[in-house]
Amino acid sequence: MKHLALTAAAAVAMLTAACANAPPEDPFESYNRSMFSINEKLDAAITKPVAKAYVAVTPEPVRTWVGNFFGNLNDPWIGVNNLLQGKPADALSDMMRFLVNSTMGIGGLLDIATEAQIPKHDEDFGQTLGVWGVRSGPYVMLPLLGPSTLRDSLALPVNATLNNSWHLVSDPVLRNSLTALQAINGRARLLGLERTLDEATLDKYRYSRDFYLQQRQFKVHDGNPPLEYENFDLDDGNQTEPTGESP
Amino acid sequence: MTKNLFACCLMLASVLFTGPAIAEDVTAPDALVRHVTDEVTAIVRNDKAIQSGDASKVLALVDEKVLPHFDFRRMTMLAVGKDWRSATPEQQTRLTTAFRTLLVRTYSNALTQYRDQIIDYKPLRASPGDQQVKVSTEVRQAGAQPINIDYVLEQSPDGWKVFDVLVAGVSLVTNYRGNFGDQIRVKGIDGLIASLEDKNKSLEAEQGGK
Repeated sequence: MKHLALTAAAAVAMLTAACANAPPEDPFESYNRSMFSINEKLDAAITKPVAKAYVAVTPEPVRTWVGNFFGNLNDPWIGVNNLLQGKPADALSDMMRFLVNSTMGIGGLLDIATEAQIPKHDEDFGQTLGVWGVRSGPYVMLPLLGPSTLRDSLALPVNATLNNSWHLVSDPVLRNSLTALQAINGRARLLGLERTLDEATLDKYRYSRDFYLQQRQFKVHDGNPPLEYENFDLDDGNQTEPTGESP
Repeated sequence: MTKNLFACCLMLASVLFTGPAIAEDVTAPDALVRHVTDEVTAIVRNDKAIQSGDASKVLALVDEKVLPHFDFRRMTMLAVGKDWRSATPEQQTRLTTAFRTLLVRTYSNALTQYRDQIIDYKPLRASPGDQQVKVSTEVRQAGAQPINIDYVLEQSPDGWKVFDVLVAGVSLVTNYRGNFGDQIRVKGIDGLIASLEDKNKSLEAEQGGK
């Protein structure tokens, strides 16, 4: 027992020392940066070429059907999260979406619900934990999966099982094929765009981290925070100008 | 998750390309955003050269239709943060020019990726006397989560000017602040200017042939 406690204390001390220069939201920055660059290399070597080949052999409507199909399977889990976050009306609308698209939308291939003004929501279990008051914790770059936080990583197994409900399919070949199809279809939509992030930033890692963290914060709050913009031309440094919008 | 970020970059295709249009036509900020977005996306949708990435053609389009409606000085100030105040007027001008070049070049490229996304305009929530307003839009793409893109405009003597764009709730302008702050801490304001100018040079060299 004592030994364990000592080891833990040593580990904490080492981590603390390693993190001395890192910003508070990203104590594992040096690990994260390495993983970020590994992910980029894997993408360039494998995912991106596969996605390109996929686009070459499938017509665009098929890719839309595939996107709709997986999107439809996610709606019940989005609804459950809305319920867990105390938003029963949104939850009901998510269930309506699932019913409408699964039937009239031919098993989810068509997104009839959006046409019928039943909007798609964006919820997941990480956001639910956030609404419940769980802090996001440090930024974490996951292998293959990309940016996350400690909280969102812990929510990941729950999301992976329930958000992607085909994971419950028992036939491993079918299950893995579906997972691969979803990943490739998702990646295909972004072909040609990765360049923008490369070009627009001086430090791609830093820009994506700040973006991810702010975006998660915004989503947890289903947000419409009041906007405030400083004017550094004015003498009083802290003067802000509220926008005309009411929060 | 990276997907989200990239998807947002896609939406930038339509982002920088909005703003107040012809003054006597449209004077309300939301009408202006809609007018310019519709005009520019219509051009891109029908122009094969732009869709295949013709850099000079898309830059010309952006230059003519979009840039007049942006306040790049204000954007740069917000991206730099409080260090802006310690910059000399000359440094401020160079920062603005370099940042403007970077944004215009990269987002012109993003515009070439625009295809068939549908842009919904949300009702404007503002009072008549407001000097700053946010125009909210939602970009829908078949088979994907819709993405909110908001434009923040400020009244200026020659019409409304866009000075910030929010993608999925995140300000693309102030999101540069951490990155720029790092540069300034290590290399000073001149160091940041040099980094931006170098970046622009290397991008220009890459695209030079197009």
